[in-house]
Amino acid sequence: MPTEKPVERVREKAEIVDGEGLRRAITRIAHEIIERNDGAKDLVLVGIRTRGVPLAERLARKIREFEGVEPPVGALDITLYRDDLQMIAHQPVVSGTDVPTGINDKIVVLVDDVLYTGRTVRAALDELIDLGRPKAIQLAVIVDRGHREIPIRADFVGKNVPTSRREVIMVHVNEVDDMDGVSIGEILG
Amino acid sequence: MASPLCIRGGRVLDPSRGIDRVQDLWIANGLIAGLGEDAPQDVRSHPKAEVVPVQGAVICPGLVDIHVHLREPGQEEKETIETGTRAAARGGFTAIACMPNTTPPLDDRPRIEYVIRRAREAALAKVYPIAAVTRGQMGETLTEIEDLIEAGAVAVSDDGKPVRNAEIMRRALELTRPLGVPVIQHAEDPDLKGDGVMHEGWTSTRLGMKGIPDAAESVMVARDALLAELTGGHVHVAHVSAGRSVEIIRRAKARGIRMTAETAPHYLLLTDEAVEGYDPRTKMNPPLRGARDRDALIEAVVDGTIDCLATDHAPHTEIEKDSDFDSAPFGIVGLETALGIYLKALVEPKHLSLPELILRLTVNPLRVLGLPGGTLEAGAPADLAVFDPARRWTVRAAEFKSMGRNMPFEGWELPGQVLLTMLGGRVTHRAEGTLASAR
Amino acid sequence: MIGTRKDLLGIEDLSSEEIVSILDTARTFREVLDRPIPKVPSLRGLTAANLFFESSTRTRLSFELAEKRLSADTVNFQTSGSSVSKGESLKDTARNIEAMGIHLVVIRHSASGAPHYLARNLDAGVINAGDGTHEHPTQGLLDLFTIRERRGKIAGLRVAIIGDVTHSRVARSNIWGLTKLGASVTIAGPATMMPMEVERFGVRVARSVEEAIEGADVVNILRIQLERQRGTLYSSLREYARVYGVTSKRLERAKPDVMVMHPGPMNRGIEIAQDVADGKHSVILEQVTNGVAVRMAVLYLLAGHKAAGESAPEPSTTETKKAHGEPSLHPRR
Repeated sequence: MPTEKPVERVREKAEIVDGEGLRRAITRIAHEIIERNDGAKDLVLVGIRTRGVPLAERLARKIREFEGVEPPVGALDITLYRDDLQMIAHQPVVSGTDVPTGINDKIVVLVDDVLYTGRTVRAALDELIDLGRPKAIQLAVIVDRGHREIPIRADFVGKNVPTSRREVIMVHVNEVDDMDGVSIGEILG
Repeated sequence: MASPLCIRGGRVLDPSRGIDRVQDLWIANGLIAGLGEDAPQDVRSHPKAEVVPVQGAVICPGLVDIHVHLREPGQEEKETIETGTRAAARGGFTAIACMPNTTPPLDDRPRIEYVIRRAREAALAKVYPIAAVTRGQMGETLTEIEDLIEAGAVAVSDDGKPVRNAEIMRRALELTRPLGVPVIQHAEDPDLKGDGVMHEGWTSTRLGMKGIPDAAESVMVARDALLAELTGGHVHVAHVSAGRSVEIIRRAKARGIRMTAETAPHYLLLTDEAVEGYDPRTKMNPPLRGARDRDALIEAVVDGTIDCLATDHAPHTEIEKDSDFDSAPFGIVGLETALGIYLKALVEPKHLSLPELILRLTVNPLRVLGLPGGTLEAGAPADLAVFDPARRWTVRAAEFKSMGRNMPFEGWELPGQVLLTMLGGRVTHRAEGTLASAR
Repeated sequence: MIGTRKDLLGIEDLSSEEIVSILDTARTFREVLDRPIPKVPSLRGLTAANLFFESSTRTRLSFELAEKRLSADTVNFQTSGSSVSKGESLKDTARNIEAMGIHLVVIRHSASGAPHYLARNLDAGVINAGDGTHEHPTQGLLDLFTIRERRGKIAGLRVAIIGDVTHSRVARSNIWGLTKLGASVTIAGPATMMPMEVERFGVRVARSVEEAIEGADVVNILRIQLERQRGTLYSSLREYARVYGVTSKRLERAKPDVMVMHPGPMNRGIEIAQDVADGKHSVILEQVTNGVAVRMAVLYLLAGHKAAGESAPEPSTTETKKAHGEPSLHPRR
């Protein structure tokens, strides 16, 4: 996930899920997606950049392991849909949205690493609706840390982790961070 | 007699007589009474004699600027004779010559007399009017030059514009020759200048501005040198900006042609690179040129090819200059910054000594016009300036006495603050908080 | 950095990194333009004003589309220019803009430096849509984008620019952009239309249009504007077309996959032959489409300036790159 508020400096406190734990959570979520949707037909997994994308790819491969068919994967960049322009100065280059197969009449499973206030998902929903007309949209996250500010809920959750506002949840994925796992940190200053 | 005045402890610089020493300067009845013990006894021992101590400051003859635009009559929103002469006094000037491109132009007797009278009323500096060469400055028919000179004009010029027509220039030179006055030429070929707004060179290419090639000036200088040779008349080239013009003037002088020349402070310090950013306060005509031109001009000032230093003080309203570069009028003010800039450009880098600089700001300009003055000898009018070469001051347009604020030196630190200016023994400018008189 | 700039006045002021940043962002917006709903809400609530003191249908439309596709509100100032002196209308218009709370101003003006004047006097961001003969940065950027999208790079390409360089702001912007990104630029045109010391841009001046086109990857043809001169620079359009017009025959000297570009509007049969304008090498229409995407990128990147200035966050450290946050709760501005 691109830094949206690159202000705070963070001190890592503890690892709450190790690499094995993360991979098991992904496996379980894949099963749940299949169960909920009676198979993998018409599924499109759309990862919210940055870490949502490798997570979506892993889920897609797991679903192929179990169902024999791999749903297409897309990437969503919500930078253009955010409601705060001040971030442009710090991350001007937009990495791009790429959903090659389209989403009309599909079941879109949005994939993200952490669900917090819900604003990122809201921006993702706005963008998805501009890209086409899906049959349904579901949400899969590795960690739900609470403190929702708008009425958004995840359909598939890896782990619920209650946190305070001074804390930060960091999901590490091998493809981006050279390790797998989830840790919790504290905002300094 | 009224109380005499003694300016004490200053370095008296009188280049007209080669004097450069620390000495008392005595003034009585509006005239110089003498230096030190040369002043008459009854002046020096007068019971009511006032003493003004000026430790460390230079006393010189009042400066003379033979190229000023006073804008009155007709454009009093830009400057009046009063505000212009007040600005002159602040700059250390006691005499200026004003150009005729007013509205209406100074092309007949009553207008010359008007300027003289208004200047006398303001009593802040001597004003020598320059009359137009052609009626309305339209370049077609000559004015009544003899009548205008008789009325008090000291030269003729169509400045603002060139005398474009060579035949008219020739005749003007022929008519002025017996009168002993010059034709002052704003040297510019209008076709080569075209719509140009700055010097034509790499900077104008980069900024996408229409350029004025230096040839626009030097072709005219060359032409006028030959016409001066043909007629034996005296042509004075105003505001020289280009190195090539200097070469032509030098050769003309060597041939005995009666060609004199002046330049303005900004050409010795700035180049066309100053136009970067499109600030209209760097827009004037002729424009700021390249580094080689600037260096050639400095050399010419030193070797006398350029006879004297002027300002081309050209006030405009803030509204006019607060716009994009193309729309803004040409011209910057200069009376209040001239001494400082000349000190910075010529004396500080040791191109000229201080007496050599003062010569070019007093004796030489008067000589171009064939006028007396520029001296501190006993019996001369007490027209003088006191300035401190070591005292630095910051240029703030808001403090100007001129109504014009348009110049590119805002915030610059310059040497040589003018402390006191006197015209005929009367104070026309006193810098605040600097000098006190003691009985 | 481009995201912290208030204005875009010229490509001369940009670093090569900033140019690449704009081109990368433009690519994203190019993708947006292909969507069923070719619109994003990024500039919602911001107002952009298009001040066109010189008439121009195509550039103004391009900017207007770009603004609307970003969900900004747009207003257009059109000045007749004849009754009011140029300086007066510029100053007064600037005051009006300030009073109306406009965030971004796009200006085209016949005086070089007019956008600089506005940028100095307005808090709003100023985008130069063409000032006198100085620069037309968004045109330069869209030309660079067009080349890069087709060729994948700019560095090392041989680009020929043909025409009246003295009076062309498009040429200047292109030259700055191409040289900063490492292309090798050759220009050709009548000697009366070559500005003084033009080699200092880092370009080669060819002696003929044939020499310039020789081996070129890109040929960018400038519009000849005889109405701008007072007739002293070149004798006739016919003469110009004969000596400098880019014809198929002349184009044969270029590389086989040469790209032919033109900022428009074209004088068909004069600076560009009819069959070249419509031929297989021409990417002129692509330039137009790319223009909207590039202008969206510029508007988007400059819009962040004011907001960034207000909250001024520190740049992120390596640890915080792994930290997660959510979009801010703060209302815009």
